[in-house]
Amino acid sequence: MEKKRDYSLVGESTRIAIETGLASAEWYHTDVPRKAMKELMQRSDGPAIRDTIIWISAILGSAAGIIWFWGTWWVVPFLLVYGVLYGSSSDSRWHECGHGTAFRTRWMNDAVYQIASFMLMRNPVTWRWSHARHHTDTIIVGRDAEIAVMRPPDLLRAALAFTGILDFRYSLPTLVRNAFGSISPDEKSFVPEMELHKVVTAARWHVAIYVATIVLALYLRSFLPLVLIGLPRLYGSWHMVLTGLLQHIGLADNVTDHRLNTRTVYMNPISRFIYWNMNYHVEHHMFPMVPYHALPRLHELIKHDLPEPNPSMWHAYREVWPVLLKQLQYEDYFLKRELPPTARPYRDEFHALTVPAAAE
Amino acid sequence: MADWVEACGVDDVEEEDVIRFDHGGRTFAIYRSPDDGYFATDGYCTHEKAHLAEGLVMDDIIECPKHNGRFNYKTGVARGAPVCVNLATYPVKVEAGKVMIQIG
Repeated sequence: MEKKRDYSLVGESTRIAIETGLASAEWYHTDVPRKAMKELMQRSDGPAIRDTIIWISAILGSAAGIIWFWGTWWVVPFLLVYGVLYGSSSDSRWHECGHGTAFRTRWMNDAVYQIASFMLMRNPVTWRWSHARHHTDTIIVGRDAEIAVMRPPDLLRAALAFTGILDFRYSLPTLVRNAFGSISPDEKSFVPEMELHKVVTAARWHVAIYVATIVLALYLRSFLPLVLIGLPRLYGSWHMVLTGLLQHIGLADNVTDHRLNTRTVYMNPISRFIYWNMNYHVEHHMFPMVPYHALPRLHELIKHDLPEPNPSMWHAYREVWPVLLKQLQYEDYFLKRELPPTARPYRDEFHALTVPAAAE
Repeated sequence: MADWVEACGVDDVEEEDVIRFDHGGRTFAIYRSPDDGYFATDGYCTHEKAHLAEGLVMDDIIECPKHNGRFNYKTGVARGAPVCVNLATYPVKVEAGKVMIQIG
């Protein structure tokens, strides 16, 4: 009988991942000369300052539009723009600044990281550590805390993710629980003990701001404060899900080669601005030190060793849909994409567990 | 008594860069600072097993290539999450164009 995956971070899959050497393993990397890599890793404040000025100006501009047109239908386009900027582009800012690669100056990374974490209802401490784990053990079942679509896939859940409801239902109670000093066993499995008090402090700040927003809404007898703070997490997160789901969905799990479990997708310039070039996701996982603005150059340098990127989001979703349907019947099924002749082949011996039936 | 061991030539490390040095089953990282000083630390990040020599040197900071954990490579002090444990440092001297480190 087929054994079900256990996605808990303290369960049977965790034990197996540690015993088989999948946890904290050595991963495949494309060879890049040190000189070229050093150049790609160089930090600079310029691109991120420019993008952040555009980002904040667009947020404030669309917020002003919402306030001005509140109560009329003219508010709708402003809500669309504001929602995506608040509920989706904050994810890529959170991500890049969490890595510390967006800006050269540390406090700038930290400031944008804290703001973006708040917009996303993410505890800035917990999520910093969960993302470190995601990079150590990408899509290793029982180890990776950020597997978006588990197997067998729950398609209703994946569809609901576009509305932000599920994330909202998880994130807000988690913040409140943390604010009352409660840390779950899963959280304790990746946050070091010496950092746990920071989890509680950060959650209390976030909850305090939400309480103040609710009080203001009650005082004004208007939903407007909540539409501007908090609710964009619901109505604006669809773009984050649209782009983010494609990172790993339908690909292999329990392997140690990002070419097998991560996807690069070519995207339009607007999505790339919102997503801060994280569409070059194989490249990002292989070399997380490379800032977002250098990822296109890294892509050009190593694409000979990677599967052909999907030419569009539409193409990627069309490719993954039949894989998801098949996984409903047979959860070990996954998409194994072909490498170009110039690439070093996948090495089965690189993976502690043999991966069963794959679609090529 | 700690031994002085030849790690590399002075020109083997570029300015504001780092190289890996293996000795006696251990791994070290040898740094050359922007002001032409030489420094040595343990070769692995204290957070997870990643070679710091593949990371980025910025002024007096080494950033780990895996999770971007930062250390001051001159003092070994960890500079925030995801690194919490300081890095061991080793005395360094330059003699006749060679970088020597004292390994305990």
